[in-house]
Amino acid sequence: MGNEIKITLDGQEISVDSGKTILECACDNGIFIPTLCHYAKTTNVGACRVCVVEVENARSLVASCCMPVSPNMVVRTNTPAVRAAQKMIIELLWASGDHNCLTCEQNGQCELQNLIYWLKLDQPRFEIKTPGYEMEENNTMISRDLNKCILCGRCVRACNEIQVNEVLDFANRSSDAKVGPAFDEDYIHSSCVFCGECAQVCPTGAITLKQAKFAGRPWELHKVKTTCTYCGVGCQMDLFTKDNKIVKVMGNREYGQPNEGSLCVKGRFGMDFVAHPDRLKKPLIRYKKDDDFKEATWDEAFKFIADKLSKIKKENGADSIAGLASARCTNEENYLFQKFMRAAIGTNNVDHCARL
Amino acid sequence: MAGLAATFGSGAMTNSIDEIEFTDLILATGTNTTENHPVIGMKVKRAVKKGTKLIVIDPREIDLVKYADIWLRQNPGTDVAVINGLLNVIIAEGLYAKEYVKDRTEGFDALKKVVEKYTPAYVEKISGVPAEDLKKAARMYAKAVRASILYAMGITQHISGTDNVKSMANLSMLCGNVGIEGGGVNPLRGQNNVQGACDMGGLPNVYPAYQQVANEDVRKKFEAAWNAQLSPKPGLTIMEMMDAAGRGTIKAIYIMGENPMLSDPDLQHVKKELQKLDLMIVQDLFMTETAQLADVVLPVASFAEKDGTFSNTERRVQRIRKAVNAPGEAKADWEVICGISNKMGYAMNYASAKEIFEEVVKVTPSYAGISYERLEKGGIQWPCPTPEHQGTKFLHKDKFSRGLGLFSAIEYIAPNEMPDKQYPFLLSTGRVLYHYHTGTMTTRSEGLSERCPESLVEINPADAEKMKISEGQRVKVTSRRGTVEAKASITKKSAPGSIFMNFHFADTSVNLLTNPALDPIGKIPEYKVCAVKVEAA
Ligand code: SF4
Ligand code: SF4
Ligand code: SF4
Ligand code: FES
Repeated sequence: MGNEIKITLDGQEISVDSGKTILECACDNGIFIPTLCHYAKTTNVGACRVCVVEVENARSLVASCCMPVSPNMVVRTNTPAVRAAQKMIIELLWASGDHNCLTCEQNGQCELQNLIYWLKLDQPRFEIKTPGYEMEENNTMISRDLNKCILCGRCVRACNEIQVNEVLDFANRSSDAKVGPAFDEDYIHSSCVFCGECAQVCPTGAITLKQAKFAGRPWELHKVKTTCTYCGVGCQMDLFTKDNKIVKVMGNREYGQPNEGSLCVKGRFGMDFVAHPDRLKKPLIRYKKDDDFKEATWDEAFKFIADKLSKIKKENGADSIAGLASARCTNEENYLFQKFMRAAIGTNNVDHCARL
Repeated sequence: MAGLAATFGSGAMTNSIDEIEFTDLILATGTNTTENHPVIGMKVKRAVKKGTKLIVIDPREIDLVKYADIWLRQNPGTDVAVINGLLNVIIAEGLYAKEYVKDRTEGFDALKKVVEKYTPAYVEKISGVPAEDLKKAARMYAKAVRASILYAMGITQHISGTDNVKSMANLSMLCGNVGIEGGGVNPLRGQNNVQGACDMGGLPNVYPAYQQVANEDVRKKFEAAWNAQLSPKPGLTIMEMMDAAGRGTIKAIYIMGENPMLSDPDLQHVKKELQKLDLMIVQDLFMTETAQLADVVLPVASFAEKDGTFSNTERRVQRIRKAVNAPGEAKADWEVICGISNKMGYAMNYASAKEIFEEVVKVTPSYAGISYERLEKGGIQWPCPTPEHQGTKFLHKDKFSRGLGLFSAIEYIAPNEMPDKQYPFLLSTGRVLYHYHTGTMTTRSEGLSERCPESLVEINPADAEKMKISEGQRVKVTSRRGTVEAKASITKKSAPGSIFMNFHFADTSVNLLTNPALDPIGKIPEYKVCAVKVEAA
């Protein structure tokens, strides 16, 4: 980090860190500058130029996401020239794709849609020409509609710089430019590991989570912060639910450690087991060996277990009973389980599959 | 994690996940990180991109090898020899942290003596690792200012597992890497709450926070807290329980959310033993292979249907929160335990997981300062002794939990079962990216199953050619204990003479094959090495 310097931002003199960009300083001071290609923790590429600002004595507008502040810089974020440039950029993007929000999963959380609204645009001044790509729908996890791609490159940087899976890249030049796995492969035929990072960072509806499609509008979903149930990393994640069902799983950059908003395929796409029809729903008892299981009430089950355990303990001693706690259950449950074995049964025969 | 506990006085990951990205060198051994802990794998790769050096010690050509500065491909089960070789070079060349060794450790002379014979040439003979590579790796590790060691089941699932872990600790201490940011010895835990299950006393010899059941003062404390008489006798480990069930001395087993019928070695044997029980109680999400053998099966809530906390592999205690209702009559595991306990006359009345946690922190010193209120702001890493304490990013800062760090002089012992004429291949088992543990959850996920629908036998191209086995062909794998069938996947990930299989699928139960020989201290079965033969099915 650099030292404190003074700059003037929209008429206000402020002191900022000399190592920061104009965009970062604006953000720190509560001034909104729109962005599209910029994505925290990835390289600033200055591709979209929607973040432009006026800098006194600069020859043209500058991209604030890439421009470091310098002493006594005078910056304006909201002049007519800035707005005109932003409108031009957004209208071009709008006209170059198939942005039919009626059928788009991102409707309501699309960054392009938000900027169109923010800039109060009714129509693009250019004729809408969609590239006519085929939809990629041949896997069960991620859908791609490159007709909605604005070539911001966030997915490419997320895949290479955040996850380092090195699957995505740009192909072709200028008018045919396109993002995707090498050799124009589909995700399912590429080395993609389905971490879903690209879908999480995509500002538009170009890369979306397939299982979430038609499962609920963004504003209908309920968000619950929790911890992944799979490996020992313990990623923090948001479960989005509707009508008592998990609709999708997202990382959240605000939660910080341990995963800083990233997830892997298990965390992102592995939660459908929760609603699987095979889930057990009632206690089952086999009254005699070789009998079939019979459904029972909880009270019957508790009584059956308590009677049998008490009898075994009386006849053979507490150490003839053993218990397996679980690396999958909560701390509270493991605590209670070993307390039950030790205090209620009276044995230290308690272990779990940690060794395995 | 008995090895680490003996060395440092604590068995957890010494440092934090985010430090991995900001260290000078990472030594990864026995961990296929990008598949088993993908988000940590991501940080390792990011670190390498920024200039961190990476040494990989692994018999398989795992993804991380692509990013490694040095890859040592040892013969499976020869880890101790390789680490001793590194120690040998570092000591012989005087590259170790002399001050640190003098001030903070004990046992150096004994270590020095034992590793003397593990010269690079001798180690090459045992492990197949070229002497020059070993020297290079030793120098690179010793010269790094901060170096972090990552390891997982590839290190512990051996008959010498405890020794392997102690060897890691030896190496780290020798170069002054324990107790500094970016350093440490870091076991990566496979399951989401293995750390928590251990912390909470889900072990036969300790109460919560690793307080010994055999210690009278400790026991008195718990007797008072729990208002019960407690047994001073340490209990049985899981493998001992199975044996005792077979002998008839264990009559009842109560299993909460585990599936030993797919995860334990030598499954045929386990099944026979479990069938002899008078009473087997299983509570789980699904009718697992284990539940099918039970007398009572109880439906429970999944992580998304209840409140509570998990402790991750870096000791971070984090909340889970109820997002949806459990199906049918399923209850949270803790409610089930309370129900049984109350019927047996030992009162357990809690209104919520939070109430249980409030009791936990009273008897668990390392968790004492943690509360649900504090966890709202994010996870906290234990030890966290007081409500003001910020939690602990890395352990053993100025002093080890046991005082001085103890070097353990360890000799290499060969794996219990090595390939021979009849069973010429070495089988290792492990996980793959798309599945988790016994597959109860992941094989019921559409996406994960799409990417990885079945178990595969990974076999080296040279071996495949010799046996005329082609990609996707069904093969039969047989050990002294059983046979399974699966499709062949021809890949140079497997070294010549070695095959790899995962244990996620019930219809290809690889644990019908594995060797139940146990590490005498850690009591972990030797999943990583057993002898098999492979033939076209
Ligand atoms: S899902 Fe992950 S690996 Fe696949 S392309 Fe997207 S970011 Fe890359
Ligand atoms: S797919 Fe999305 S993230 Fe990738 S370049 Fe297109 S709009 Fe940007
Ligand atoms: S999202 Fe992946 S890396 Fe993160 S805890 Fe879950 S399984 Fe582990
Ligand atoms: S956000 Fe600055 S150029 Fe795109």
